[in-house]
Amino acid sequence: MELSFQMVMSQVMLGLNNGVFYAILSLGLAVIFGLLNIVNFAHGALYMLGAYVALLGYTSIGPLIGMPDFHLSYWAALFVAPLVVGAVGIVIEKTMLSRLYKFDHLYGLLLTFGLALIIQGVFTNFFNVSGDPYDAKPETLNGAVNLGFMLFPKYRLWVIIISLLVCFGTWYVIERTKLGSYLRAGTENPELVKAFGINVPLMISLTYGYGVALAAFAGVLAAPIYSVSPVMGSEMIITVFAVVVIGGMGSIMGSIVTGLLLGMVEGFTKVVYAPASSTVIFLIMVMVLLVKPAGLFGRES
Amino acid sequence: MNKILWIILIVLGLVAPFIVYPVFMMKLLCFALFASAFNLLLGYTGLLSFGHAAFFGGASYITGQLVKISGLTPELGILGGTLFAALLGYIVGSLAIRRQGIYFAMVTLALAQIVYFIALKAPFTGGEDGLQGIPRGKLLGMIDLGHVYTVGGSPVALNLYYFVFALFCFGFWIIYRTINSPFGQVLKAIRENEPRAVSLGYKVERFKLMAFVISAALSGMAGSMKSLVFQLASLTDVSWHTSGEVVLMTLLGGVGTVLGPLAGAFTVVTLQSELSSVGSWITVIIGVTFVICVLLFRRGLVGELGRVLKRSL
Repeated sequence: MELSFQMVMSQVMLGLNNGVFYAILSLGLAVIFGLLNIVNFAHGALYMLGAYVALLGYTSIGPLIGMPDFHLSYWAALFVAPLVVGAVGIVIEKTMLSRLYKFDHLYGLLLTFGLALIIQGVFTNFFNVSGDPYDAKPETLNGAVNLGFMLFPKYRLWVIIISLLVCFGTWYVIERTKLGSYLRAGTENPELVKAFGINVPLMISLTYGYGVALAAFAGVLAAPIYSVSPVMGSEMIITVFAVVVIGGMGSIMGSIVTGLLLGMVEGFTKVVYAPASSTVIFLIMVMVLLVKPAGLFGRES
Repeated sequence: MNKILWIILIVLGLVAPFIVYPVFMMKLLCFALFASAFNLLLGYTGLLSFGHAAFFGGASYITGQLVKISGLTPELGILGGTLFAALLGYIVGSLAIRRQGIYFAMVTLALAQIVYFIALKAPFTGGEDGLQGIPRGKLLGMIDLGHVYTVGGSPVALNLYYFVFALFCFGFWIIYRTINSPFGQVLKAIRENEPRAVSLGYKVERFKLMAFVISAALSGMAGSMKSLVFQLASLTDVSWHTSGEVVLMTLLGGVGTVLGPLAGAFTVVTLQSELSSVGSWITVIIGVTFVICVLLFRRGLVGELGRVLKRSL
């Protein structure tokens, strides 16, 4: 097989498209882990929930509220879905997770695993496991852009750009602003931050809400590309866990960069040896564990 | 007291096929062994593996292959499945113990996913259909495990039942001996305070790996037994749902108690068979049980009972 530059580049670009999803999701996991010290197993389910908010907002919400002509547009969904899912997240944190901080961190993982089963189970009962198409993609994002070496779908390019903006925006807020410095201080020493009169429990709730809102945002972005299905989250979350093991959750930038790189590696593998593309991230995880057990950006404990 | 309890349990196990539906009983024994093997790791070493389905399901495929395609006798099939799980456990364990706590759980989950992909794609696993019609065969080439007796008017595969029961007792005995050996004491020390165990001079990594291999091997044995009982090895057995189920059984019964996994497996298997009519709502019910256990019930059924009776069970 001839490995043409074009072929490699087009798969790498498509891989980058997956990579931004890994980046947003692992970023959300890292933000949550930083402050709450739990791994949010429900992240995939909330990503799926975000996609369904967009889908149902477009197809079903109108008749439900007595306005049959109302359709939640794609642009509106990009705001509404994260808000709805973020609110769900805050409720989860306030009512359940907050009771577990004094126990072993594994309980947080187990609780969110249970929540993931509940959310996925409910949607499996009402929706088609093989997925429903989301047809609300805006006209302006149809068609393709000529990147010089290939024609790239406009929508995917939009997804890459907006995701990168959101990722680096989050990084900027956390690493470079006063709000972020509270957050980082809370990560290091919550007791001391409390002593300075900062409402740490509120900060924790909002952090969890923001983390899962990121997942919902990714879900809306994914809806026009992949079909919206109840199992889209569980397939995603296991891969993202591998990404997180490779990158380590200690660094915000680390999780973004790892996500992007692994997406591209996955795309590249599709050209070189397609059957391995679904497992390549896991195999890289094995190699990282052998060579640098703490992860690429992790601190040795 | 303890002796009496054990005798009661063994007698119950011996007469069970005459009282309850034997396939239910055998399923229960398989999952009870699986959960007990898992508990050796979570309850007694403090390691949460989210990938134990790889050993359970992987071994069930191997046993299916050996018995159905290679025509080996069932005991050799089970031995093969168990050895495979032990080897896989050695590989997964060596990688996973390089990370601690939450990362350990994620690594095991991701590694188990590789096994799942292999089971999905490899030519010898039957893909989506799984391996069907695995023969039960003749134990040692003599005793027909498929033989059906008529008990109270309904057919019961008594030979198979007692074979499964014997294997369960053997596996459970190994776990019990491990927990109550000096080796088991070191595992508990690691669970309670790993740095302390290190400073006392124990090679913690080796102990963890050893516990992982024993746990994986016995989980594999449970999976091998399951493939003979249901004559089926399928993708469900290697999927993360199964890994989650065994976590739930252990949590629900009582992490770090000897009898907890049995109680947990009994509850979950009963729930599944009683609620089979609700179809996919079962996932929701399992999820809700998880949440309730974690929030209100961290000691589990047997743990709470032990607290009331003021003794460890």
